[in-house]
Amino acid sequence: MAVLVYAESWNGSFKKATFEAVSYAAQLANKLGTESIALTFANNDDSTLLGKYGVNKVLTIANDSLATFNNQAYANAIIAAAENTGAETVVISNTNNGKAVAPIIAAKRNAALITNVLDLPDSLSPFTVKRKTFSSKAFAQYSTEAAQKVISITPNAIGAIETGGSAATESFYYAATESDNRLSSVSVDRVTGKIGLTEADIVVSAGRGLKGPENWGMIEELAELLGAATACSKPVADIGWRSHGEHVGQTGIAINPELYIAVGISGAIQHLAGVNASKNIVVINTDPEAPFFKAADYGIIGDAFEVVPKLIEALKVYKADN
Amino acid sequence: MKILVCISHVPDTTSKINFTNNNTEFDGNGITFVINPYDEFGLTRAMQIKEATGASITVINVGPASTEPTLRKTLAIGADDAVRINAEPTDAAFVARLLANYAKEQNFDLVITGRESIDYNGGAVPGMLATYLDVPFVNACIGLELDGTKATVIREIDGGKETLEGNLPMLLAGQKGLVEEKDLRIPAMRGIMMARKKPLTVIEAVETVKQTSVLSFELPEAKAACTMIDADNVEQLVELLHSEAKVI
Repeated sequence: MAVLVYAESWNGSFKKATFEAVSYAAQLANKLGTESIALTFANNDDSTLLGKYGVNKVLTIANDSLATFNNQAYANAIIAAAENTGAETVVISNTNNGKAVAPIIAAKRNAALITNVLDLPDSLSPFTVKRKTFSSKAFAQYSTEAAQKVISITPNAIGAIETGGSAATESFYYAATESDNRLSSVSVDRVTGKIGLTEADIVVSAGRGLKGPENWGMIEELAELLGAATACSKPVADIGWRSHGEHVGQTGIAINPELYIAVGISGAIQHLAGVNASKNIVVINTDPEAPFFKAADYGIIGDAFEVVPKLIEALKVYKADN
Repeated sequence: MKILVCISHVPDTTSKINFTNNNTEFDGNGITFVINPYDEFGLTRAMQIKEATGASITVINVGPASTEPTLRKTLAIGADDAVRINAEPTDAAFVARLLANYAKEQNFDLVITGRESIDYNGGAVPGMLATYLDVPFVNACIGLELDGTKATVIREIDGGKETLEGNLPMLLAGQKGLVEEKDLRIPAMRGIMMARKKPLTVIEAVETVKQTSVLSFELPEAKAACTMIDADNVEQLVELLHSEAKVI
């Protein structure tokens, strides 16, 4: 019956999406009248931190062979922990690593997999849950009768709730097999110090209206001032002004931050698909007819090269006063 | 070398999405269907490998007869033969089983899919298919180099990328980066003519088990009117973000 959550670490630390997944698992277990257990790998943070978000127990895996992420081995370790604890539901965060393990777990356990989940289940019998679909252009209620489930939740959609609880920590051992190691990691190239796009509270994004990659300085300055991640439109990534890792939209990264600021982006339907789940949208564009204004909460018609520097100054004044 | 490229038949990215039958079904009326954009990157990479090594490319889709024009388009781009498994692709495990039943018999060296389809966005079929085939699974794949049966692949991770090595067979769920947008292949007239003569085999579905079902769809609520702020008064925006939106 229990709910097991994969408490993902990045470079040995928990991130916001992890606490969200852990909190979701604890709330789901409450609804189901069962206990929740978190599983961590190669984590340097204090694992008892997870208890604050309501899980009853934390299993920690510390063997060397699982020190770095390996989707096959991690999936099998999660399955072993689920079997060991009698967990029927596995909760995962829909991060890149989460997406790489979830379908393996579902296929091996013959479990129903529901990804991009946005909320706790509306009904437990049958289990019915809301998810994003059609590249964020729509939502759907998915249901399953399967006892075994893998639920992958969208980062930034469900807040992490502190319950002030505490969890006992136990170590768990999974011995990786030869078939777990059919792929070996050669190198990891991570941009450090930058805020991850999918979990950022604020995202500052710019498009072709910026005229060239040399003009991104003000976008980065605005982002830094707001503690925001930077993003861009598809054409900008395609011409190579910014990396593909920053492309938000239908065929790029889908995001749902508290605040999305779009500078010099007209708002084509493919772009809106990836960002319209943002809670607040600010659009800055010279063209009053830009379709993005229809999807925005706040709009400024004006030249980015005048508006953005003024906005930076106004924010500096605001920060100095607050 | 034998390559299998899995193709989803999806609404064009510019489509406005609507539902019918009391919001229980996608309304395909007036919709143009295309090759799933994520699959196009994989198909183009497969074509480059074919041209370099003489590999064969089979394309496969689970869908009704109405998806055949999309499969023909992949043949026109350069795949050698196509397979359609005749079933409505309504559940990821169901689709992955059908694909696996076919692929198991054929011993493909490399299976390429898109990382997800742009309609249902489950991102589930590739990893399930890899598991049923018992081959390694690389998700969000943005690079592939082959040296005989040794593959060097790059996958996207949160805030960066990871390079991995392994031996074929394996399954890659691709996206942009596998090839660049500008390198994507489109059908040429000669390819379209040749595609008519290439084999498109239809297989009846035998699998029946489905794990999930859709109860209903809904569209996002329309936004309230946008609050316009004068370009000379950006302080008002800062004030509204603080006091009204409460995000700063």
